Amino acid sequence: MGKITGCKAIVQCLQEEGVSTIFGYPGGAVIDLYDELMDADITNVLVRHEQGAVHAADAYARVTGKVGVALLTSGPGATNGVTGIATAYSDSIPLVVLTGQVPRALIGNDAFQEVDIVGITRPCTKHNYLVKNKEELVPVLREAFHIARTGRPGPVLVDLPKDVVKDLINFPEKTPIRMQNYQPNYIPHAGQIAKACKLISKAQKPVLYVGGGVILSDASKELTELAKKLSIPVTMTLMGLGAFPGQDELSMGMLGMHGSYTANMAVAECDLLIAVGARFDDRVTGKLDDFATKAKIIHIDIDPTSISKNVKVDVPIVADCKHALSAMNEWFDDEEHSDIEEEAARHLPWFEIIRGWTAAHPLSYKMDDKEIKPQYVIEKINELTKGEAIITTEVGQNQMWAAQFYKFNKPRNFVTSGGLGTMGFGLPAAIGAQMAFPDKTVIDIAGDGSIQMNIQELATARQYNCPVKIAILNNNYLGMVRQWQELFYKKRYASTDMTVQPDFVELAKAFGAVGLRATKPSEVEDVIKEALSIKNVVIMDFTISREEGVYPMVPAGSSNTQMLLV
Amino acid sequence: MKHTISVLLQNKPGVLSRVTGLFSGRGFNIESLCVAETIDSGVSCLTLVTKGDEAIIEQITKQLHKLIDVIKVTDISEKEYVEREMVLIRIKAEANTRAEVLRVIDIFRGKVVDVSPRSYAVEVTGSASKIKAIIDILRPIGIKEIVRTGIIAMPRAGASK
Repeated sequence: MGKITGCKAIVQCLQEEGVSTIFGYPGGAVIDLYDELMDADITNVLVRHEQGAVHAADAYARVTGKVGVALLTSGPGATNGVTGIATAYSDSIPLVVLTGQVPRALIGNDAFQEVDIVGITRPCTKHNYLVKNKEELVPVLREAFHIARTGRPGPVLVDLPKDVVKDLINFPEKTPIRMQNYQPNYIPHAGQIAKACKLISKAQKPVLYVGGGVILSDASKELTELAKKLSIPVTMTLMGLGAFPGQDELSMGMLGMHGSYTANMAVAECDLLIAVGARFDDRVTGKLDDFATKAKIIHIDIDPTSISKNVKVDVPIVADCKHALSAMNEWFDDEEHSDIEEEAARHLPWFEIIRGWTAAHPLSYKMDDKEIKPQYVIEKINELTKGEAIITTEVGQNQMWAAQFYKFNKPRNFVTSGGLGTMGFGLPAAIGAQMAFPDKTVIDIAGDGSIQMNIQELATARQYNCPVKIAILNNNYLGMVRQWQELFYKKRYASTDMTVQPDFVELAKAFGAVGLRATKPSEVEDVIKEALSIKNVVIMDFTISREEGVYPMVPAGSSNTQMLLV
Repeated sequence: MKHTISVLLQNKPGVLSRVTGLFSGRGFNIESLCVAETIDSGVSCLTLVTKGDEAIIEQITKQLHKLIDVIKVTDISEKEYVEREMVLIRIKAEANTRAEVLRVIDIFRGKVVDVSPRSYAVEVTGSASKIKAIIDILRPIGIKEIVRTGIIAMPRAGASK
């Protein structure tokens, strides 16, 4: 093969990886690459702000399981993407972010639109590269995709100096990637699996504590099989929602700061905690000293650094969740090892206790006939979409109500910024999800605060005919901070009052979208129905009860059993 | 407790900052750090001394290993090992102390590497405790300047955990 330009080589690499949609924003340093993309069979979604590009690529990855790709220009283009990259890093989302860079000769000269983006993103990427040698361009891109999608996934940034992508290079043939220093371990240690299974078969009160790792490794089927086979109750982290059917009787819903009473009590009282693809985040554990103190702990995670980082575990299993869970299922299927009926029967008294907790303190709220309760809006959205929609969220109360009251029955349907908690995530994420699945219903559950952080992306949604629906739970407050101020700061609402807001219905119109409003509970259902019937971007502005809080709530630093209830 | 950790890394630009960034970002402590290429010019060896309880050291070694450019991480202090550090000390050496200084240096098998009418510069190598000992002895005489390499270390042949 003759020599080709670096730009052409990049496009060929993208095609080699099966990339059909990327998200980005052009500029001087990437103008050649954009020129090349014009002739390629790859759609570039032109966002309105680079943060939106990275969030959209991130959501595209979350809903499809593929690697998301964003293309940004140098300098401010790249720095605008940093929040998006950090968001993906916190939630272990596979991304390749391509950034333009000034020509090699100018690097370090404080050139126009030059920043050291490799230096800036070092702590928030899984790995990053500055391509200084043009013959390394293709191998680096292939490695970037490999690193992004394997092991514990994450974002990888490749910084591309303008002269490197313009130069002529040889396009090397694709060979299997061998990295001496990077070999994630997928297969569990058989001895550890047996040890774990023996613990399970002795447990009286086991709990499965499931995180985003189960979704990332597509292990929902194996998890569901294990839980149902042995009748083990399941609680999920925010990132794990959908890994196990939310409507199933074994599901206790989310645990942690805004988890269900049942889930938090069950973790506190269990004698065996089986953590799968979760990382004992502080929002999950509450006060560490009081977390699952009566339990032995099994922890399955592909990342060894997650194990025994916050909580000392009894049986660590470094492996891919899917492989580990199938190995456990096989162990229990072997009649020499266990009697499955006996296993399930042994947990019956435990279920009685769990059912008692749910009966005493179900997830609930006080309905009102004058003011719209946000939980009611989510319940109605759940009902009218039959739990099948892709839900993205912003961050704060809107996110927690969505997590509590939408019943996710499938993985990859809940797209939320869990680890970093990035406001402004939901709208660009909805666009990314809709680009992946044009025919699915995609709804961004938003607050009036966060929606304004990336509201410019309404134009992107319009331009690419993404009929995303945005449900603003509008309380004219930064609600979650206000709730903390109400509970812990003597109701001193410092800088959380947002009474001056745009008219979201008129704003939707200005973008060529549709705006609908509900101010009374009786209007909620009709507004949602109408929105779902419109093949365009729709903003639903729900005027909600201003001081409604998210409950249960574990005050920061308290034990998970010390919940404030409705 | 102090641990000496040896890290083999790809000899590439930016790798050292990945290691130091990891330590500062996660609040781990570095007492000393020493890095140079190995017999294979594509690979560098970094020796660092850090402090922490068992859980912290476990996190440090795991987190180092997670860096893509890191090839191998060994907590050398878990085994039998030899360690050396070199120090250059400029010491006040007036007429009345010159002989005494020389005697001390001799005892520690040090070498005078620079002489001026009022000072000596000496080179001493040894384990961390030996370096500490000579510094303690010379301090009352008057140390004007000190430069240390930081510790390098190697497991003893055949040493096992």
